[in-house]
Amino acid sequence: MTTLTHPPKPTTRPPVRRTKPTALSKWRRRFPLLPALIFTIVVTQLPFVATLVISTFQWNILRPDERRFTGLSNYTLVFTDERLRHAVLNTVVLTASVVVLSVLLGLGLALLLDRRFRGRGLARTLLIAPFLVMPVAAALLWKHAIYNPDYGLLNGTLNAVYRLFGAENGPTVDWISTFPMPALVIALVWQWTPFMMLILLAGLQAQPGDVLEAARVDGASALQTFRHITLPHLRQYIELGIVLGSIFVVQTFDAVFTITQGGPGSQTTNLPYEIYLTMFRKFEYGQAAAAGVIVVIGSIVIATFALRVVASLFREEASR
Amino acid sequence: MSAQATATVVRRPRRRKRNDDPGQAPRLSPLWTFVAWLATLAFFAPVAWMVLTAFHQEADAATNPPSLLAPLTLDQFSLLLERDITPYLLNSAMASVFSTLLVLALAVPAAYALSIKPVEKWTDVMFFFLSTKFLPLIAALLPIYMIVKDIGMLDNIWTLVLLYTAMNLPIAVWMMRSFLAEVPKEILEAAEVDGAGLPTVLLRVVAPVAMPGLAATSLICFIFSWNEFMFAVNLTATQASPAPVFLVGFITNEGLFLARLCAAATLVSLPVLIAGFAAQDKLVRGLSLGAVK
Repeated sequence: MTTLTHPPKPTTRPPVRRTKPTALSKWRRRFPLLPALIFTIVVTQLPFVATLVISTFQWNILRPDERRFTGLSNYTLVFTDERLRHAVLNTVVLTASVVVLSVLLGLGLALLLDRRFRGRGLARTLLIAPFLVMPVAAALLWKHAIYNPDYGLLNGTLNAVYRLFGAENGPTVDWISTFPMPALVIALVWQWTPFMMLILLAGLQAQPGDVLEAARVDGASALQTFRHITLPHLRQYIELGIVLGSIFVVQTFDAVFTITQGGPGSQTTNLPYEIYLTMFRKFEYGQAAAAGVIVVIGSIVIATFALRVVASLFREEASR
Repeated sequence: MSAQATATVVRRPRRRKRNDDPGQAPRLSPLWTFVAWLATLAFFAPVAWMVLTAFHQEADAATNPPSLLAPLTLDQFSLLLERDITPYLLNSAMASVFSTLLVLALAVPAAYALSIKPVEKWTDVMFFFLSTKFLPLIAALLPIYMIVKDIGMLDNIWTLVLLYTAMNLPIAVWMMRSFLAEVPKEILEAAEVDGAGLPTVLLRVVAPVAMPGLAATSLICFIFSWNEFMFAVNLTATQASPAPVFLVGFITNEGLFLARLCAAATLVSLPVLIAGFAAQDKLVRGLSLGAVK
């Protein structure tokens, strides 16, 4: 944390008060902040301390007599566990593919929506709908209404197209069991692309108009303008989209829970779902806590980048 | 200082961006307009399909090839209401509304102490709030589950209210700070010199600038609480379950009613769709924690 919080330059205040602030006036300033600060510490920080403590116990709720302190053995177990290593890999694959694909698609859509065309406002409204549909509802929609082999929209459309060309029937593909990870990725990309588009569109629209105008006057081609002006300007917005997206997508629970239940086998079990299984199916509290601590450490690594990006945008805003 | 004077000074022109004048944005060629609309419709198709199927009979919903032109009906919605989706929706409404109110009650004073009368090291405090948002909820589930079980608060709507408050508080603090930071310092100081008390300053100077921000913050917090799934499904059972838990019954393929599922999905998504469309302009600022305007 300390490395990240280069404080933005405090806006210079005219010297209204000349006396040095007393302890009392300092506390008077702090007072409105305290309820929120205390609430956050109690509800978000204490559970993590508890997780840390639980992770050093052998603790299965089905065998309460055998609860004892075991030091770091849960971590050894977690690191050597085949299922868990698989879950780590799945989490990385899932997060990386969802974030990269939705940033690319979001960038494409943002570039189109940055221009004027007939019905641009309506198009933008329709495009953010996937992000607003309740995630569990969206997951069920993809699972049953789109991927279902018998009556899903995907096979149904294939069938209709095949019949159009005189074939008897289209292929019957069981999308979820044949391509479990891509099925999950596509459903999530659909959900997250609008998020990326909104951030990147805001970035495009914050481009200084005079620079673009100057480039046009100087006879720069559209591609040159994009490469040398738009892309460098967009960089921090792309970074912001990537880090915020990673933070949210790493935590994906509802889509895995709904679409694949981590299957077939453990092909799509990501860390949150694996922790859930350890906790509520195997009742191994100690192991679940240890896995939780590992997820937290992983998140801190991503968050370090995230905070740096947010801090740079924040500094820029504060210095305005 | 009169209210009119405040209002005129407050609405000073923002830094000029290209999009302040939409006439300057270049036009898309007809070909690219076609591409843009094709992409838009492709993205919207699943939502359209969901809504359309919600108005179909069960027999027309699960056909292959899909029947687009089947007669429309409201049967699925009346069936859902008969099957008691209402308590779930009410639980969702309670959890989201109360947690949003609690978030605002905590975040607004905090944002005040981080912008208008900043405490020393206020940026450190900001980044502390932000860093809590980056910790994965799943890692907190176990201790929260154990504590909540111990004090007999499982399956209780107030448990969700408290957790959603903690979940949204960092976002709200960041958003509200970015709005309160727009209150012009000169006017605040002028009001103070004129001897205006704190209530007057809050009401006459801060409130007019902060109101749109307050609305945007509430909408974002409402959306996130309404859609939350993991705490809802693991900490409630029969009494306090919100809308996402109602949908869990549709996970298995066995005996699935597709039209009813689509009706349920449409119904539970409707409040957020409306809120999101209404707050479109502010959505990006909330999602980026106030970093992007």
